[in-house]
Amino acid sequence: MSTTAEPRGMRPLDPMIEPGHTYASVTDKIAAVVLTRPLGIGWLAGFALTFSLVMMLNIAVGWLITKGVGIWGINIPIGWGFAIVNFVWWIGIGHAGTLISAILFLLNQKWRTSINRFAEAMTLFAVACAGLFPLIHTGRPWMAYYMFPYPSTMGIWPQFRSPLIWDVFAVSTYGTVSLIFWFVGLLPDLATLRDRAKSRYQQVIYGMLSMGWRNSARHWHRYQSAYLLLAGLATPLVLSVHTVVSFDFAVAIVPGWHTTIFPPYFVAGAIYSGFAMVLTLAIPLRKAYGLEDFITMRHLDNMAKVMLATGLIVAYGYFVEFFMAFYSGNKFDVFLAEQRLHGPYSHFYFALILCNILTPQLLWISKVRRNVAALFIMSLVINTGMWLERFVIVVISLTRDFMPSAWGRYSATFWDYAIFVGTLGLFVMLMFLFVRGLPAIAIAEMRELVHETEEKGHQ
Amino acid sequence: MTEHRSHLHGVMGEFDTPEQLLAAARKAREAGYKHIDAYTPFPIEGLAHAIGFRWTAVPLITLIGGVGGGLTGFGLQYWCSAVSYPINIAGRPLNSWPAFIPVTFELTVLGAAIFSVVGMLALNKLPEPYHPVFNVERFAAASTDRFFLVIEARDPKFDVTGCAKFFQEISARHVTEVKDEE
Repeated sequence: MSTTAEPRGMRPLDPMIEPGHTYASVTDKIAAVVLTRPLGIGWLAGFALTFSLVMMLNIAVGWLITKGVGIWGINIPIGWGFAIVNFVWWIGIGHAGTLISAILFLLNQKWRTSINRFAEAMTLFAVACAGLFPLIHTGRPWMAYYMFPYPSTMGIWPQFRSPLIWDVFAVSTYGTVSLIFWFVGLLPDLATLRDRAKSRYQQVIYGMLSMGWRNSARHWHRYQSAYLLLAGLATPLVLSVHTVVSFDFAVAIVPGWHTTIFPPYFVAGAIYSGFAMVLTLAIPLRKAYGLEDFITMRHLDNMAKVMLATGLIVAYGYFVEFFMAFYSGNKFDVFLAEQRLHGPYSHFYFALILCNILTPQLLWISKVRRNVAALFIMSLVINTGMWLERFVIVVISLTRDFMPSAWGRYSATFWDYAIFVGTLGLFVMLMFLFVRGLPAIAIAEMRELVHETEEKGHQ
Repeated sequence: MTEHRSHLHGVMGEFDTPEQLLAAARKAREAGYKHIDAYTPFPIEGLAHAIGFRWTAVPLITLIGGVGGGLTGFGLQYWCSAVSYPINIAGRPLNSWPAFIPVTFELTVLGAAIFSVVGMLALNKLPEPYHPVFNVERFAAASTDRFFLVIEARDPKFDVTGCAKFFQEISARHVTEVKDEE
């Protein structure tokens, strides 16, 4: 990397890829994680632990389907509990993957190259975890197909004026587009694995998955065209998804939900938590597989800056919620704002402010952004904070409806926690399988980056 | 050797760098070869142009998918809400089009994205598990760090010795015949 373009007096930027790498060395290093590296005790232990959490999830969901949603802490008036909190949290986490793969691609941010693949995988797995919740929250998940417009014998159709139906379309479109975007990105890398695979078994599997991709210039040309178009399509899509999720709340008249700041503030919060999750995954990944050459301090530093920026937007959102409550003079809105500070769940609100607004201000300090351990802890704190934010939005509003006779309390049960922790296990287990089955870093794009870095060096 | 032209896919030259390959592709075009293809471990700017491939239908297919998806989305909602089972919900008009925008938008994106990918694969004729270039052992390096140019046998100017000579003149590192076993 040339450092001459940097303004004087500033620390030169860290490289996006450590110097000295060639096309072959990046290919070898990334492909070896999948093809030749033996299963370590760490991987096996991690997989065993997360697999047992998935078994717990199976039991919890099985019990839920047997007994009904009464085993959860939800009641009347708090009809939305952990399930919706978790749904919004998971779908938000997915957003960073699409931001990295699509928006940063359109903005020509080269540093996205080494993190986009596993961030996209993270998106898919997070959407899978998210999608589970509305499904089981219906109480009768075997009837979930009612949400799709199909010609039923009853002659009725979904209510297309309802944000909950918009949600079905938004989330299922998001899941589908994320999957095909990810697959298109994987295609050349699957061919790379096919060409390098030693065992028959690997050759057949990667051979089938790569569809006979042969790196032809004509293919690359159409491929790049499709990839650019997909990035252009995924960009408005990702913004629309959390906007639609926020409509689930904003279109309702419940105090604390009925606010116009929700769409942008939900999208910013989604990216905020998503980048935190990318860091949570990237830091152990680069350590465990020795990928520090590819996921450099530059990446961690940039992701920390994105978190800081989106965190400030979220902080602005919190401020506007309060401001609008008092500015509107609507007594229900004012009351709800006071309930957040003084009500029975105020400790959640203060914990949220601590996690989401106060702690991340440390990211202004360059030393903190360059401290891997500090960033890892920060990413966990922010993820906790974003979960609390959704809890505050969903639960506090529902416990304090318009009439005191409709007030209530909510506390989660064992089964609520079991399902939430179970989806955490599912998410991490899928990541474990992903890093050993598919290249966690986009190999073809890394070769391109090596080429571009070399060209810059020659200039 | 030249008698078995029907079993020959073409002649392949191998290069070390993208710049060499790009120059070779341009020279092959200048030498009058029409049916050439290049194989590279990552996309190279200008290469498709250099082998004489300019226009791709992928954007058009994507547009068709997007427009089709959008019309389907809006049409579906209009038909369900205003034609098939009209029902008064909170006094809203049957065709409450602003409320139909989110689903219309999502289906536009979905249609465009699916058409784009399926269109790209179909135009590339993928999946295609067998291709003669895979018969060349060294070709596996096309997905690592080697750059290949193939002059195909269906080219009117094709002639094994001539092509081999051409590749030697432009100093290809390695020249091979590509056999088609079908």
